[in-house]
Amino acid sequence: MDKQLLRITVNNEYRELYINPKRLLVEVLRDDLTLTGTKRGCNTGACGACTVILNGVPVKSCSVLAMQADGAEVATVEGLAEGGKLAPIQRSFLDHGAFQCGFCTPGMLMSATALLKEIKKPTKDQIREAIHGNLCRCTGYNSIIRAVKAVAEGEYREKVR
Amino acid sequence: MIRDFVYLKASSVKEALGLLEKHKDDCKIICGGQSLLILMRQGLVAPENLIDIKAVKELSYIKFSSNAGLRIGATTTHRDIEKSSVVKKHYPVLIDMEKNLASIQTRNWGTIGGNLAHADPAGDPGPLLVALDARVSMANKERVRTLSLEEFFIDFFETALEENELLLEVQVPPVPPRTATSYEKFNLIKNDQGIVSVAASITLDGDGLRCKDARLVLGGSAPVPLRSKEAERMLKGKKITEGLLEQVGNRASEEADPVADIHASERYRRHLVKALTIRMLKKAWEQARILVQ
Repeated sequence: MDKQLLRITVNNEYRELYINPKRLLVEVLRDDLTLTGTKRGCNTGACGACTVILNGVPVKSCSVLAMQADGAEVATVEGLAEGGKLAPIQRSFLDHGAFQCGFCTPGMLMSATALLKEIKKPTKDQIREAIHGNLCRCTGYNSIIRAVKAVAEGEYREKVR
Repeated sequence: MIRDFVYLKASSVKEALGLLEKHKDDCKIICGGQSLLILMRQGLVAPENLIDIKAVKELSYIKFSSNAGLRIGATTTHRDIEKSSVVKKHYPVLIDMEKNLASIQTRNWGTIGGNLAHADPAGDPGPLLVALDARVSMANKERVRTLSLEEFFIDFFETALEENELLLEVQVPPVPPRTATSYEKFNLIKNDQGIVSVAASITLDGDGLRCKDARLVLGGSAPVPLRSKEAERMLKGKKITEGLLEQVGNRASEEADPVADIHASERYRRHLVKALTIRMLKKAWEQARILVQ
């Protein structure tokens, strides 16, 4: 099998690598780039644990061929913190106890980040809709929704700066 | 485990058609791949060549004119349709359908052309677009042809696309006056695929009292989105009453050709067809009446 050149910018860092074109984006992120924050859950597009932001929109990286991200920009959970400081959404998840086992968290954070970029002050319903594709078996979702809402309300603006 | 394939990326329709012609004996087209990659992972689809048309931007568009209606390019994502103001204005039922199709992540990458070419009888756009009397255009290297979407669906996961053809566009005609369309699926988890779905379109006559025309399309109830033509005929020229709807629901339930699977028995599916048929016809009828007033 001829390997193909993949040029990809992940968390603002440009990378070039040769891959078997059948490989999925989640595999390349985790296994080649060792960005294991992105989780491989169901591997069928159902659970959302593998959610990353691809050219500005959240997608399930288990359901995208890595080659389709050639030339694209990808943001993963590792890119949220800046200069060693957690992003507001991460701080808020901690404060609101928005996880227990934590497996869904990277995907939740990416869906929430995409939402907050699109809608500055989302309603509870809009938050629910945005994380609809992310399954959580621990929290019952309420603490996650509270955490996103708190960031939307601006609670974390000054704490981080 | 996905089997090895030769990856071929097309960046234009012309390039894609050239690759198709060359590799038509053993190839598959991928766009969003939201359904295809699952089948490939299960080993159910294992093409020698995979032609990627995700980057074919010339097929990513939504155009509307009051004469020609709506034209949606094949590589347009579900999310683009969902967010389109022109679709919202003229075909709001399409927005409702899209909002309930899978998750945001899937809608961000999955495309309308891929969904239709995949031809899963449980898909959402199929039944609704057939109810809206949509047509699809497709091309090979030599020519372009257009079919009604009804003719396009041939069997379970099978379409009229020939091995060297590419789906280009979905065309939805302008909605006739005094016409309303409704669509709903029945499922256990919101946004899952429907166990059964029904799309109903009703056109009222000039005085708004009788049904001039009706289209009733069943999803998840046959190998293809199925038009329940006898049930449609029962509605034409009639005033819609609870009694008539009950009869039409029964007729649609008989015309359906469902299979039993892990989600539901055949008998349960027929029951759902009847219930949803009545519900959707009532909804379309009520909306059309509002348009007449």
